[in-house]
Amino acid sequence: MSAPSEPVYLDHAATTPMAPVAVEAMTRQLAAVGNANSLHASGRRARRVVEESRETLAQALDCRPAEIVFTSGGTEADNLAVKGIFWARRAADPRRVRVLTTAVEHHAVLDPVMWLAEHQGAEVELLPVDRTGRLDVDALRASIERDPESVALVSVMWGNNEVGTLQPVEEVVAVARPHGVPVHSDAVQALGSVPVGFAASGVDALTVTGHKVGGPYGVGALVCRRETDVQPLVHGGGQERDVRSGTLDTPAIAGFAAAVELAVKQRTEHGQHVADLRDDLVRRVCAAVPEAHPHGPDDPGLRLPHVAHLGFPGCEGDSLLMLLDARGIECSTGSACSAGVAQPSHVLLAMGCDEEAARHSLRFSFGHTSTRADVDAVVEAIVPVVERARAAKRVG
Amino acid sequence: MRVLAAMSGGVDSAVAAARAAEAGHDVTGVHLALSRNPASYRSGARGCCTIEDSNDARRAADVIGIPFYVWDLSERFHADVVEDFMDAYAEGRTPNPCLRCNEKIKFAAVLEKGLALGFDAVATGHYAQLETAGDGMIEMHRAVDHGKDQSYVLGVLDQHQLRHSLFPLGGSTKTDVRAEAAERGLRVAAKPDSHDICFVADGDNAGWLAEKIADRAPTASGEWGGAIVDDATGEELGRHDGTYGYTVGQRKGLRLGRPAADGKPRYVLDIEPVSGTVRVGGRERLAVRRIDASQPRWCGAPLDGVLSGPAVTVQLRAHGGELPATVHHDAATGAVGVDLHEAAYGVAPGQTVVVYDGTRVVGSAVIDVAHRVPPETPETAEASEVSA
Repeated sequence: MSAPSEPVYLDHAATTPMAPVAVEAMTRQLAAVGNANSLHASGRRARRVVEESRETLAQALDCRPAEIVFTSGGTEADNLAVKGIFWARRAADPRRVRVLTTAVEHHAVLDPVMWLAEHQGAEVELLPVDRTGRLDVDALRASIERDPESVALVSVMWGNNEVGTLQPVEEVVAVARPHGVPVHSDAVQALGSVPVGFAASGVDALTVTGHKVGGPYGVGALVCRRETDVQPLVHGGGQERDVRSGTLDTPAIAGFAAAVELAVKQRTEHGQHVADLRDDLVRRVCAAVPEAHPHGPDDPGLRLPHVAHLGFPGCEGDSLLMLLDARGIECSTGSACSAGVAQPSHVLLAMGCDEEAARHSLRFSFGHTSTRADVDAVVEAIVPVVERARAAKRVG
Repeated sequence: MRVLAAMSGGVDSAVAAARAAEAGHDVTGVHLALSRNPASYRSGARGCCTIEDSNDARRAADVIGIPFYVWDLSERFHADVVEDFMDAYAEGRTPNPCLRCNEKIKFAAVLEKGLALGFDAVATGHYAQLETAGDGMIEMHRAVDHGKDQSYVLGVLDQHQLRHSLFPLGGSTKTDVRAEAAERGLRVAAKPDSHDICFVADGDNAGWLAEKIADRAPTASGEWGGAIVDDATGEELGRHDGTYGYTVGQRKGLRLGRPAADGKPRYVLDIEPVSGTVRVGGRERLAVRRIDASQPRWCGAPLDGVLSGPAVTVQLRAHGGELPATVHHDAATGAVGVDLHEAAYGVAPGQTVVVYDGTRVVGSAVIDVAHRVPPETPETAEASEVSA
């Protein structure tokens, strides 16, 4: 039962291997000196790399270069959007205290929103989703129209990181914009898998990150309209139009831009590749384990192509994970841990699952290195693994 | 074998896991999360339930090179150990939650889940030795390091549990284990031993109980407070805030205004939760020669009738001595009787008596009644002289 030397990696939604072009772009910068804000030649050289990367990203993300604010990753970008826009909007009009978001957001949005409610007087409304995890736009409309003057911002993710559900971001914009309410969207999981365009979507702020699309860890961006006022989280040297201070990480930014450029260029073929593997896995696992069922929308147009989220009634997700890990198969329950203890998924709970069901799931997520052999390995292992996990649950 | 190593984050369980792996077993580390809210349990580096402890265990597993998981046993732990602890104190007994945890959690919930998942055994850092007897039975013996021996808290394990247990440290001294941890590059080598009760965050047992069982007073009034009474005269010597703050044999914290007539210290002799009375008296009145116990757990075949002989002893608490005794078991009722060959002092109902034949653990039972020797008999006078 010992694990094979090469693991079967099916956790690309957690992080995915760096693309060789990104490694190359990054390593080329690692040994070079230069602070992008210095005025001398070394500084100018670094600045050129940063600004060319910014332009590359702008092209890939359908935004203007000046709209990109580099951050340390998706979590910081989400925090900057949620807190920064809330603070700025309320400073401009103290009536604006309402933050509207969905019950299925990533913790990088949910937790700052809850922090605002606890410490900054925000009034938070977690809008309901249907049983596939998709936002009820009528509920959003009703909430805004009840008192549009009091809404500070709306934050709705592009694609869900656990179950893969795509949100109707353009409908959200259509509802919010007439009232002048800014919309933020976390597109960390969507970028590279489905079309993500900043200008075309009409959102005011968009979160993206490097390591989910084949770039390095520790770098991401908030794409944000110039006219959207954002108060900084991090004060200092005034980099990134005074919104995000700190010396720019030139190598990481170069790797990030190279990865995003490639991911967007290859999106169509990549999306098809991972969708084929994902669909094959869902079909074969559900055939082998009749009680297993996928979560999220059935319609491929309504979900991310690379995420298979499966419920295994009678099992603990934790046990499945451990048993698969022992066979060299790496996946995730998709939900957050607290001190190493898996919590019931807030996403599944919001979708109407009971606590039992919110604990019995596994997320398999595909990426650019995934192959048919990975699917075969899961299909071969899943029956004995589910049997053992069920036995463990019965004694527990 | 596929071995599940229970890793608390301390040095003992880390070395136990390392030794199991080195012995060629396929080892997986598991840390037990016993509180849903880790901050509510012991803070600092002394317990086994904090986030720091979980991280220490994870780091040790990384160094050993074994997979590591955290298992959430908080509900089972609360139901089987914490509730039992609260009930016992509410009823005027003195429980040992570590035994209950071994019986119900580590070698039951964890073991059974492990077996179902395909593991063959649970390894822990307890100091005790397992041997296979001629008839194939697994025997548990005291550890080589008698000062560190933990066979007492394992005295609740039955043959099935022992058959699926590994105690890789039983043949070593604590000093050697610490040195080995340092050699192996385990950061926890110098971590202090855990003490006290893991779920009582600050070690203040009475304070913790005051909060948790405030509404469980078994008295007619529903209030916890009551009288502290002189056992000999029946005279009220003082008041207390709740019988749960007292343990038979306790001498400190009685807060009695007046000294005893003979000037000698007074001890808690009896706790009567229903009347709310704590009885106190001189040490000679604590002497116990006979114990009634129940809920026996046998490591091997149940004791058939009487166990006696020069090597037969009992131990009454985790760091108590070995007391020569004769032990009776009525298989029909499960009643266990212990005749102590010399008086024991501070024997509280709720404590577990563990029976040994030489170094071998025979079994255990929970004390229901500790019969104090009536003060009139000359035997007691003798005992009190010996103790004085």
